Amino acid sequence: MIYVKGLSKSFGKNHVIRNIDMHITPGEKVVIIGPSGSGKSTFLRCLNLLEQPTGGTITFDGTEITAPGTDINKVRRQMGMVFQHFNLFANLTVKDNITLAPVRQKLMTKEEAEVEAMRLLKIVNLEDKADAYPAQLSGGQKQRIAIVRALAMKPKVMLFDEPTSALDPEMVGEVLDLMKKLAEDGMTMAVVTHEMGFAREVATRVVFMDEGVIMEENNPKDFFEHPQNERLKSFLAKVL
Amino acid sequence: MNAFIEDLKLGLYQTFILEDNYQYFVRGVGVTLLVTVFALVLGLVLGVIVAIIRSAHDQQPEKKKGIILRILNGICKVYLTVIRGTPMMVQLLIMWFVVWASARASDGNMIRCAILSFGINSGAYIAEIVRSGIMSIDKGQMEAGRSLGMNYADTMRFVIIPQAFKNVLPALGNELITLVKETSIVTVIGLKDLTKGAMIIQSKTYQAFVPFFAIAAIYLVIVLFLSWLMGRLERRLRQSDLR
Repeated sequence: MIYVKGLSKSFGKNHVIRNIDMHITPGEKVVIIGPSGSGKSTFLRCLNLLEQPTGGTITFDGTEITAPGTDINKVRRQMGMVFQHFNLFANLTVKDNITLAPVRQKLMTKEEAEVEAMRLLKIVNLEDKADAYPAQLSGGQKQRIAIVRALAMKPKVMLFDEPTSALDPEMVGEVLDLMKKLAEDGMTMAVVTHEMGFAREVATRVVFMDEGVIMEENNPKDFFEHPQNERLKSFLAKVL
Repeated sequence: MNAFIEDLKLGLYQTFILEDNYQYFVRGVGVTLLVTVFALVLGLVLGVIVAIIRSAHDQQPEKKKGIILRILNGICKVYLTVIRGTPMMVQLLIMWFVVWASARASDGNMIRCAILSFGINSGAYIAEIVRSGIMSIDKGQMEAGRSLGMNYADTMRFVIIPQAFKNVLPALGNELITLVKETSIVTVIGLKDLTKGAMIIQSKTYQAFVPFFAIAAIYLVIVLFLSWLMGRLERRLRQSDLR
């Protein structure tokens, strides 16, 4: 589904990502972990071109999205993204947050989008918040709305950029539960996170990144129980 | 004391009642408000356009900037520099006596000229106000919009600008009341606004105290009204901040 080949990204002289290859197949749940500054967020943001890679190619569903002239908006419609800081549109109600993008891009009529929004809100038990503004919600609620907003576009893959890192500890659970549900429903996911429990439980593959390269990738069982790479061993020793 | 009251009575009589002089104030207020409102609208349109061009240029990564955007940005910068770097009165004199030199000196022409001058002038200040508002919005808002497949223009229109507008409302209010008061310099091209009205009465009746205090009070009332209006607008737009 997503082929990444020789991906690099540098900010000036600072090489954040060096020559990464990765292949994400449909239905896979790839969890990317690593110390801060390892380039994992940047890597994720390159996948939907929120960061313009400086080298390499990304192919999504047969289209090379890094090629010049690609309609990036069309690609992004099929890649949902969830941010660390939720980034709900502060000037819009919850319902409008969800319906704005599909309606503006003429994927749904306003009525269809509202029905869909309410259906999704029901799934996350937040239908009573439809007319609330983001400022009136808790962090966990905001993040669940943000996930719903991405889902309303009916994406083929979901990218999560540290979705629980900005949450109070007691709210982490509700967001992870939703993500687990999403995973069970077969969504293809790429998740950057520090939640090792989530990685162990949900991931089909865990990737360890450091200094802009993939140091190790494996299924979660072997990844956590028999790490090979020295950096990974010391990283796991610190976080587990 | 009695003499003062007598003087005041005479002043009031000559300023307002004699020869229907109050008409100068009525028409003057009309002209002042007309110029202010239309100049504000023009200034807002110009300002928002310039602000969007400037911030689009600044936010775009270096190599993705098209040639058109660079040229537009250059034009905007020149506009801001020239307009903010020269006195309003000089701009008005140039507009009327140079650009509109061949126009007939009718009230209509002068009003159009004043609206254009003040609109262009105020647009430069509003542009910077709006730009500061756009830059104050968290980068994540634009990223969220773009990540959902919306284009730059749509995200600007539905997400960034409404929030930016709310943030800069106090500064815009400031610009508005400055504009009201600044329009008094249209007297230099002979347009009969509120200030010119008082000056005419002064030259007719040799009264200075009453006419000038009268227009000072009228300006004050207009400004108070506008401040109240801005306050209401601010509270309404604050809706999304309520917790």
